[in-house]
Amino acid sequence: MTYAVPGVAAPIISNLELEIHRGETLVLLGESGCGKTTTLKLINRLLLPTAGAVLVEGRDTREWNAIELRRRTGYVIQEAGLFPHFTVERNVALVPALEGWGAARTSERVAEMLKLVGLRPEKFAGRLPRELSGGQRQRVGVARALAADPPLLVLDEPFGALDPLTRAALQQEFSALQKRLGKTVVFVTHDVREALLVATRIGLMHAGRLVLLDTPQNFLRSDEPRALAYRETLRLPEETAAALAQTLDARGDGV
Amino acid sequence: MNFFQFAARNWREILALAGEHLALVVKAMAIAVAVGLPTGIWLTRRTALKRPVLALAGVLQTVPSLALFGFLIPLSFIGGIGTRSAIVALVIYSLLPIIRNTVTGIEGVDRSVREAAVAMGMTDWQVLWQVELPLASPVILAGVRVATVISVGVATIAAAIGAGGLGTYIFRGLRQYDNNLILAGAIPAALLALAADAGLGLLESRLDVNKRRAGARGRGDARVRRAFWATLALVVALGLAFAVWRGGARRADVVVGSKDFTESVILGEVLAQTLEARGLRVERQFELGGNLPQDSLVAGKIDAYPEYTGTSLMAILKHPPSTDAHAVYEQVKREYAERFDVEVGPPLGFEDTFAILVRGDDARRLNLHTVSDAIPHAREWRAGFGQDFMSRADGYEGFAHAYDLRFAARPREMDLSLSYRALAGKEVDIIAGNSTDGMIATLNLVQLADDRHYFPPYEAVMLFRRQTLARLPVAREALQRLAGAITTEEMRELNYEVDGKKRAVADVVREWRERKGL
Ligand SMILES: Nc1ncnc2c1ncn2[C@@H]1O[C@H](COP(=O)(O)OP(=O)(O)OP(=O)(O)O)[C@@H](O)[C@H]1O
Ligand SMILES: [Mg+2]
Repeated sequence: MTYAVPGVAAPIISNLELEIHRGETLVLLGESGCGKTTTLKLINRLLLPTAGAVLVEGRDTREWNAIELRRRTGYVIQEAGLFPHFTVERNVALVPALEGWGAARTSERVAEMLKLVGLRPEKFAGRLPRELSGGQRQRVGVARALAADPPLLVLDEPFGALDPLTRAALQQEFSALQKRLGKTVVFVTHDVREALLVATRIGLMHAGRLVLLDTPQNFLRSDEPRALAYRETLRLPEETAAALAQTLDARGDGV
Repeated sequence: MNFFQFAARNWREILALAGEHLALVVKAMAIAVAVGLPTGIWLTRRTALKRPVLALAGVLQTVPSLALFGFLIPLSFIGGIGTRSAIVALVIYSLLPIIRNTVTGIEGVDRSVREAAVAMGMTDWQVLWQVELPLASPVILAGVRVATVISVGVATIAAAIGAGGLGTYIFRGLRQYDNNLILAGAIPAALLALAADAGLGLLESRLDVNKRRAGARGRGDARVRRAFWATLALVVALGLAFAVWRGGARRADVVVGSKDFTESVILGEVLAQTLEARGLRVERQFELGGNLPQDSLVAGKIDAYPEYTGTSLMAILKHPPSTDAHAVYEQVKREYAERFDVEVGPPLGFEDTFAILVRGDDARRLNLHTVSDAIPHAREWRAGFGQDFMSRADGYEGFAHAYDLRFAARPREMDLSLSYRALAGKEVDIIAGNSTDGMIATLNLVQLADDRHYFPPYEAVMLFRRQTLARLPVAREALQRLAGAITTEEMRELNYEVDGKKRAVADVVREWRERKGL
């Protein structure tokens, strides 16, 4: 699949071939500007490929009803993308409201989601996005994506603006949750640790191409130069890296 | 009488006019929003049309308001005289700020927020209603606010086409050199503009997500916003319903117009009351400026108005001056019937023309009756003439020639009302006034007869649409009843009651009719 913008010389995504399995967490890893966000937008039909096709549940996104596809896809937008004129509560309740859930069910669900991302509903539900910190806003973005219980989740750097402690807690929380819910997840990040922690498979992107697609343990063992470069950033001695790979082997394929 | 005394005495009328003014603006704004808001939204979806449409709205806004009113008079559905044209004009002036701000407001919504809305699976409609319009509402409201302030101003000019409102006072004050009247129109209009500006400004800042005071909870604000849209929708709906209802309302039997000076209004009222006495329902469209009375009559927006034969002959039919009153009347009557299907009623009994005036005691002492009688004395006299008399084709130049008059010095050119005072105060000895001016009697002046028939005849007559007369035989009867009914002296007195004593036209006319037993 290829995505190009008319008038821009190089395609933003070129010949990307990628199959995402039901229930897996696929992490797209890559440096800034390599096309991660663009790939996500191609999945929920915010963009249509200029060549090739994107299939969701076996159906070409061109054939999907755009509204239905988007409501079935929980999307955590990079930088949260909250509605500035809606309260936290209304932001989270958005898709349930669009789907016509009842008021009682919706507000119960909102409270549940806010608790899940570590925001006390009594304190935060009535606030406006501008009355939140960047990290809190991101968590509201995650709560919003999960609210309508979509089978497919696409997360664009969901924990990007968090402090290391909250970040680690949420990563744990996410892994645990994912084990329970078994949703199909596409997770974008440029943080290798995060990738290794949450991924069933890691897709490494560079300049609009997929350069590697494999399990976290094979990612650690790979000698693909860019994978090596990422591993460098972890600053692990070789033997520790090998040991970590084995630990991951022992944990099995699923997270 | 100072302004405050005037205001205290007339506060009811001031309030009524302010009410009319406000009604005019509210109705116009309702229509302008109903048209401008969807147009603005539509332009954000059809970006190719944005420039041409905004350019067109911009051009419309530069048309001077009086010219715009002029264009609207002859149009059938949207035009005419009275409130409808005024509202259409106000709408035209309001469209640009409303459309432009709607476009700017919606396009100013953060791209990422719009994209998030789409990504969440909102339909186009939901993106518009739940995201774009709420976030754009402060900017849109700012446009409505600008349009409202413009409309309050332009609405004062709408009085020229009989739409009422505070402009009625301003125009009347300008005509009568009465500052109290001007202020009584201008001050409430300014207050109205300020109040609209402040009120809408307050609402605007309440709607702005970024300007709200800290601690305001979101729920309440969502409620304010929802209340705002609901109120706006209600005002628009009511305004539209009212405009349509008024538009469809059955007209009175006869619409009587008048020109925009006191005597014409008095004559219009005379006709109106005479018709009403015969059981007809009459609508008054008085104080029409410029060519509006003639245009409105021909277009059928009014059925009748008082006119002067000389004006008809020269200004409307464009014939050269003629001095035979009877011939002029017959010619005007014939041509109006042929060209405009308008009946020229019988002369009312007086002329409103230039009147050569001298002091009463001079006239008695020197036994002066005609202008010719005055020729021998003119060499020792100083003359004072108004600008109009000095410059017109049927004015001073030809007059001096016709009577071979020479004065002690070249006539002094002065304001018409000042020339009366100058004559009474013996600063000048002869002036050219108006034959029906109330001041002639008050200042004890005498009019010298135009024995050489230099001045064209300006006999007062009623013009009436022939179709209306055919439909209403009693109207013809009323027209006949007014033949020769008003003498020059009576007209002077009526004018003086209104201009000099500041009494209401309707009362003055009613008393006169009772005295005459009409
Ligand atoms: N509408 C567009 N027109 C032209 N180029 C675009 C457009 N949108 C994105 N790009 C370019 O496409 C490339 C990929 O963008 P994308 O947003 O997918 O990057 P990313 O991998 O998500 O980066 P980051 O980690 O910084 O979010 C970038 O180089 C960007 O400049
Ligand atoms: Mg990105």
